[in-house]
Amino acid sequence: MLKRVHFGPSWLPYALVLPQVAITIVFFLWPAGQSIYQSFLIQDPFGLSTEFVFLENYEMLFDDELYYDTFGRTFFFSIFVASFSLGIALLLAAMADNVIKGSVTYRTMLIWPYAVAPAIAGALWVFMFDPTLGVITHFLDKFDWDWNHKLNGGEAMALVIMAATWKQISYNFLFFLAAMQSIPKSLIEAAAIDGASPSRRFWSIIFPLITPTTFFLLVVNLVYAFFETFGIIHVVTGGGPAKSTEILVYKAYNDGFIGLDLGSSAAQSTILMAMVVIITVIQFRFIERRVDYQ
Amino acid sequence: MNSQLKSYVILFLFVLVLAPISAAYAKTKISWWHAMGAENGERVNKIARDFNDSQDQYEVEPSYKGNYTDTMTASIAAFRARKQPHIVQVFEVGTATMMAAKGAVYPLEEVMAAANEPFDKSVYLPAVISYYQTPTGQLLSMPFNSSTPVLWYNKDAFKAAGIASPPATWDEMHRAAKALRKSGMSCGFTFGWQSWTMIENYSAWHNQSIGTKENGFTGFDTELTFNTQPLKKRIKAIAESQKDREFVYGGREDSSLPMFTNAECGMWISSSANTAALDSQADFDYGRAFLPLDTDVADTAQNSIIGGATLWIMKGHDDDIYKGVAKFMTYLSRADVQSWWHQSTGYVPITLEAEQVSRAEGFYDRHPGADIAIKQLNLNKPTINSKGLRFGNMVQIRTVINEELELVWGGRKSASDALDNAVIRGNKLLRRFERANSR
Repeated sequence: MLKRVHFGPSWLPYALVLPQVAITIVFFLWPAGQSIYQSFLIQDPFGLSTEFVFLENYEMLFDDELYYDTFGRTFFFSIFVASFSLGIALLLAAMADNVIKGSVTYRTMLIWPYAVAPAIAGALWVFMFDPTLGVITHFLDKFDWDWNHKLNGGEAMALVIMAATWKQISYNFLFFLAAMQSIPKSLIEAAAIDGASPSRRFWSIIFPLITPTTFFLLVVNLVYAFFETFGIIHVVTGGGPAKSTEILVYKAYNDGFIGLDLGSSAAQSTILMAMVVIITVIQFRFIERRVDYQ
Repeated sequence: MNSQLKSYVILFLFVLVLAPISAAYAKTKISWWHAMGAENGERVNKIARDFNDSQDQYEVEPSYKGNYTDTMTASIAAFRARKQPHIVQVFEVGTATMMAAKGAVYPLEEVMAAANEPFDKSVYLPAVISYYQTPTGQLLSMPFNSSTPVLWYNKDAFKAAGIASPPATWDEMHRAAKALRKSGMSCGFTFGWQSWTMIENYSAWHNQSIGTKENGFTGFDTELTFNTQPLKKRIKAIAESQKDREFVYGGREDSSLPMFTNAECGMWISSSANTAALDSQADFDYGRAFLPLDTDVADTAQNSIIGGATLWIMKGHDDDIYKGVAKFMTYLSRADVQSWWHQSTGYVPITLEAEQVSRAEGFYDRHPGADIAIKQLNLNKPTINSKGLRFGNMVQIRTVINEELELVWGGRKSASDALDNAVIRGNKLLRRFERANSR
């Protein structure tokens, strides 16, 4: 047992945390509180007539089967984006880890897309897949594939998944590569001397040792797919055709900023906020416990 | 008198003399938020510049706030923060929302009356102002840019396919599309802004209502009624003609424009205000014609309805500002300003005189078909079905219509189910609007 040491009351610790607390209050607690309050109101866009309706905005959402569809679509989209971007980044990192010559160039190129703004990334994919002018659609046409993501919901979903995945690979790649390079070389060399093949070495040594990174990235990627893909979806499909790429965060934007239904939009934001809290709790549980490597 | 004191005295005298002069030069600034980008943005700036040069009391400062929805959202947010602009451009589907906001908007006619600015409503095109009037006939906002859908067609492709004249009916439309396909075009026709062109204007053109309470003009307790047999039949026929690529869907809003300008589709139903875009992008001879008539529904066409935007005046500013706003509104309606705007953008002129000026200048002889839009709007005196529509949450209702029609074009829903569902979902939105604005 450590001996407890008592200090006199001091203002210093409070002063030191004050900026952080102030930032949290101004940029998180206050707007979040506003959003929760707004979600209990039905209001005209200008805020001239307000009615306090308590949970009615939520009831309306959960009575709407289209809202459940949006949930399903969001999970589908997020799982695909997270698994593709993790899988591809893992493969690229495993390969880049072994490259000796020109490794810096490879890495730089692989990290590049991360510097591209989501809206611009979206615009790139829109140009490539434009049903009329796109380079790739022109190519697909040769195989009698009449690509039209403006009409075909499946193709639209595939396109936003591709664009969102492409954007996130770099980030995952960086973390995977760093994790792999922190594995002591002696472990891998010992396995090699014992006659383990490269793939055996990967699955038995490297992959288990980077599990904490993988879990961390999984959570980050899910949050990314839930929220940060907004820009890509906005540019590529605008949620269409027929809602087939409208995920939760896009619906909240659409109902609030385009439809000017602030009550419903605030209720949706509050639901999203609850989901982030849950994901964060899960993340802390896993990260704190540190998946065991022994 | 020492030199320092002397200089103070001189400075004081200077201020005394200069202050009134500079006060005379301090113009009252009028902010104008608009949604006109690119070439049309330049034209908006020119209008403001010309107005500023025409007098020395007021200075209009236009600022571009993004597309129509961005501009409207920005002004609403500004109003909530008590920093609203003086004038804001709002698209036609935002009319019900603006009208309902009685505490936020200053009706145009009241602004003009308060400023003692002469204002005669009868000089404006009836089909334009009828869209923006209250049931008692008060004009709430100043029509600025108005257009109407027309049938654009590729004259070269028509010649190659041996089609003598543009189709006047939907049967001829499909026949022409077949002929175009046979001549090697990859698609017959497509359209933009499908809710506006195929639901709202289709109904007005055939004198059919799309909702109760005079299309929403006389009350918030209106209900949509466009799930009619004729419209279902028309949508179904169009969807079926996709099989032979007579019709190809090109996306929402104007994203089907390249299909027409690349000569994939020989016909395109969309806004008349596409002149500038077509002049720069299409390397073929294009023509304009009346919207096709559905002979199952009506023997003759009624009139088409407008799209576009008006200028709303926001409350909460000084009287002096509103005097300037009123002067600017008068300037905007001048025949020379309007005919210039009309000729260079393809929007219809808002006054009858501006059309006559353009005609006298020989503009329509040089640009045959440039007056099709005006002819369509003035074809008949607007009826309760064809004077426009006024539904709350109309932006979302249009989205609902887009979604349901996309399901039809994608082959995932029948035309009948889609229109029924669009009406059900639309009515929910109307009830929500009624609720939010009932107090």
